[in-house]
Order: sequence, then C-alpha cells, then structure tokens
Amino acid sequence: MSAPLLETRALCRNFGALAAARDIDFRLEAGARHALIGPNGAGKTTFVNLLTGVVQPTTGAILMKGRDITGVAQAERVKLGIARTFQINRLFRRLSVLENVYIAVAERVGAAPSMFRPAGVRRDVVDESMQLLETLKLSGDAARRISELPYGRQRLVELAIALALRPEVLLLDEPAAGVPSAESHIILDAIDGLPRDIGVLIIDHDMDLVFRFAERITVMVSGAVFATGSPREIAADAEVRAVYLGRTGHG
Amino acid sequence: MTEPLDHPAARALAERHRLRPWEAIPWLLALGFYFAFPKHLGFGTELLVTVLFALSLDLVLGYAGIVTLGQAAFFGAGAYTVGILAKQGIWTEPITGLILAALVAAAVGLGSGLVLLRTQGLTLLMLTLCTMALLEEAANLAHDYTGGFDGLDSLPIAPLLGRFEFNPLYPTTQYLYVLVVLFVCFVFVRTLVYSPFGQSLRGIRENMLRMHAVGAPVRGRLVLCYTLSAAIAGIAGGIWAQANAYVNLGTLGLDRAATVLIILVLGGHGRLYGAFIGAVAYMVLSHFLAKIYPTAWQLGLGLLLVVIALFARNGILGIVAALGRRPAPRATS
Repeated sequence: MSAPLLETRALCRNFGALAAARDIDFRLEAGARHALIGPNGAGKTTFVNLLTGVVQPTTGAILMKGRDITGVAQAERVKLGIARTFQINRLFRRLSVLENVYIAVAERVGAAPSMFRPAGVRRDVVDESMQLLETLKLSGDAARRISELPYGRQRLVELAIALALRPEVLLLDEPAAGVPSAESHIILDAIDGLPRDIGVLIIDHDMDLVFRFAERITVMVSGAVFATGSPREIAADAEVRAVYLGRTGHG
Repeated sequence: MTEPLDHPAARALAERHRLRPWEAIPWLLALGFYFAFPKHLGFGTELLVTVLFALSLDLVLGYAGIVTLGQAAFFGAGAYTVGILAKQGIWTEPITGLILAALVAAAVGLGSGLVLLRTQGLTLLMLTLCTMALLEEAANLAHDYTGGFDGLDSLPIAPLLGRFEFNPLYPTTQYLYVLVVLFVCFVFVRTLVYSPFGQSLRGIRENMLRMHAVGAPVRGRLVLCYTLSAAIAGIAGGIWAQANAYVNLGTLGLDRAATVLIILVLGGHGRLYGAFIGAVAYMVLSHFLAKIYPTAWQLGLGLLLVVIALFARNGILGIVAALGRRPAPRATS
C-alpha cells in the first residue's frame, strides 16, 4: 500500500495549559474529498495551521507522501504542494483581481525574484492567471480591485490564489463563510469543479455543504479526533449526534 | 472564449510599464530650471537631492509597506562615507565616491534590516528610529573622524570626470551632476517597481500573511528591498556632501528623516512621482511661508499636513488620480 498524500502521527500542540491538538492521527488520500467538522474551539484551525507550517507541533509528525515534513517551513510546504484558503479573506485588497492571481502564479513558477524585466513581459504568467480566472468565471472582474468586489466574488479570488499554486493538497477553511446565501452557489459550484486529482480537506460548520461535498468526514472535539467515517456512518453515529450534530439542531 | 491576452486587464498588466508622454515633464522642467534660474541652482540642487532621497523612501514605504522613521541613517552613512574619505585624502573622485557611499549605506541597510525586519508596525518604527539615533551618536562621539558636532567642511572633491570643478558659488556642475544621478536612480527604481519583484513587494504591503501562504520568502524580499533603498539613500547623502563640500550631524538627524516622510506623504507614496511633487510642494511652500511668516512658517506647513492626513491620504497625486478617475464601468464579459 502506498503512503497517503498527507498524514499526521500523534500530532500534539499545546498553548500553555490548553491542548489545542491532542494525538491526532489523520490521513488524507490523493484525490480525496474529506471534511473536518467540529464545534467551535475544537482545534480545526489549529490543525490547518499545523499542516501548513504556521504553527509547529509540540510533539508528533507530519508526513507528505511518506516524507517527514514536520520541520519544513511554510513557504517550502507551499512548494511541495500544500495550499490553503483562509476563513477570513486575506487578499491584496488594493490590487486588481488579475494581479492577485499573478502574484501567486509568479511565486510558483519562480518568476517573482526577477527585478529587471517588467511583470507584463512574463506573458506565460499573465496568460495562466487569466485562464484560471476564466475557469472560475472571474474574468469579467479581472481588472477590478478586490475592494470593489462583493464578498462572494472575493471568496472566489481566495480560491483562485490557492489554485494558482497548483496544489496537490488543498485546505479550504470555511470557504463559504460570510457569503450571503444568494451567492453561495458560486462557491459550491467552484468547489464541485475542482480538479479531481487534488486532495481536498474542507473545514466547515455548514452541514449542507459538508454532506454535499465530502466522501469522508472527520469529527474533532476538544483538540482530538472523535470519529472518522463516511458521511452515512457519521450521520448515523449516535455519539457524534450527541456531541455535535445534536447541538446544532441538525437532523 | 477570447484569447486571454485580449482581455483589457491582461493588456493593462502587460503594458503598464510603458513610458507615458507626461513622464517627460519633470525632466524637461528640471532642465528648463537650469537655463531659466541660473542664480537659484543651489536651491535646485538641494531640491533634486531631496527628490532622490524621497524616492528611496518610496521604495520601502510606498511599495513594500515598511514604515520607517530612520531613513536618514542611510543618507548620513552615504554623506559621511564621502566626507571622511575626502577629508582624510583617501578618495576624492566623485562618481566612484558615490558608489562607495552606496555600498556603505547598503551594508548598514543589510545589517540593520536583517534584525529590524523581523518586527512590524510600531516596534519596527521605533527600531528604525533607534538605529538612526545610534548612528548619529556614534558620529558625534567619533570626533577625530567625523568632526563631531561641527562636522567636516571644505571637503576636497576632485573635478567631475577630471574636468568639471564643483564651485560652491556657481553650482552649475553640481546641478547637472545631481540631475543625471537622479535620472539613473529613477530608471532603476521604476524598473524595479514594475518587475515581478516589485509586484511581490506590493503583495507584501497589501497582505503579508497571504504572501507567506503563497510560498514567498517574505523576509528575504523585504531585506533586499530595504538594502537597495538604503543604497539609493546613501547615494543621495553622498551627492549632497559632494555638492556642498560639507557634512554634518544633521544628515543623520530625525529632522531630515521626518521631513522626507512628510514630503512623500504630501506628494503621494507608492506612485514614483510623489517624490517629485512632494519635494517641490514642500520646498516651495516652506520658502514662501518663511517669507510671509518668518517666525511661524512651520505652523502653516503643519496645518497643511493635518488637512492632507485627514482628507487626502494618498497625497497630491492621490487627489489628481481621484479627479482623473471616472466611475469605473462594470465589466461584463
């Protein structure tokens, strides 16, 4: 059996006395559609920060395709193919949509350190950025500044920047958070249309989104993995319903 | 589906570095000044040096978003490099002298940047200020080399290209020399800000966290930008010392650092030409205000700054840009 795309072994992280991550054993397979759910404060965002290298684990290991990447810096992990979106938009607000994507593509193809040629001369970078905007149906807004866009469209740019990095692992932190329900179908359609070879981990509260999208679900409670299974198993799990689904009044 | 490059946004990005006709104006004005005001070339030289210094600040502050109050540290480093080398009789040739000034200032920028740029915001602001204060005090204490509080005067600067003397009473050589150096540095900065590297600096300014998340070596880029900016500030300081045959502690002082910041904010930061507009506006305004209210001219300047800070965050060029921008039509494809 080949090593999983991304794997954590007994991953722990303490913030003072608080154990934000406790002995997390987790596997994300290539091409997976995996969801991570859990009540507020369960440690979901800490887990994403551990995977991306923003936060270092207290103990435990993170492996990508069998290689230990626990000590690898954030920027290097991006080069290895781990990309994320943020729960709250982190965009280049005073730049155009096209420039936002250009910056990410330029980093990936190694064009960004170039100092003595105009950015526009890298036609390959401009072209690829533009094509990505076309696939996400954002090209009509390419010339507009982020600050002029409605929030739902901004969320799409958030996704476009992550996809510009051509990730193998894509971590989506509440991709539809803050988007008015009239616009949320844009995000859902975009997630449905993600390339099938990317392993996607989606972190969300929105049960409709999770059950529509996920083929596998991990439930986190108090920093630890509480249950993992198919959507059907999770929905039928009495304990999960008690600690989590029940509380939100779902089902 | 259209060819991607036919899209207006793609074309705008591909062509934004092209020279526009109006960009000739400042240079024509600077040349015109030389012929029209031969008696005011001293003032003109000072103005051009100030533009060059403000340009160096625009690179770090306007493009990379590094908030600094210590830019005069590099101006002073450049000025003292030229001053000490000339006074000790080690090096008096002006052009290579400027290169040495740039190298010394860049070394100061690199050394301090490696430490400072680990921090952000208020901490960074205070540390840049402290670095400059430390250098100023060091220059004050190293009396044997720097002349201490009195500075170094009557610097022996060799003729430019072996032919053109620097005459302090008729600074024609100085003016043209500074203008050419400013032009060369401007072309360098302009090339830089329109490059992919410049684009990544804007990204760092707009959202540092996101730049980390797209895999950019953020600190390395910032240190490099800070070092290059220091080198340009060092050239400004070095050329100031050559033009005046003089260097003093004021080149390293908070006064100079604060003034250049005011000039850039007044003109508009992150816009290249804000340095030009700001320097002209500031120096002309202070000239006339000092004539009208010799005792309280800084009050008028202060009031103007308050107005700019409250109502025109992007400075004079920001106002011009806002007037020129019609409501953007919603693109529909």
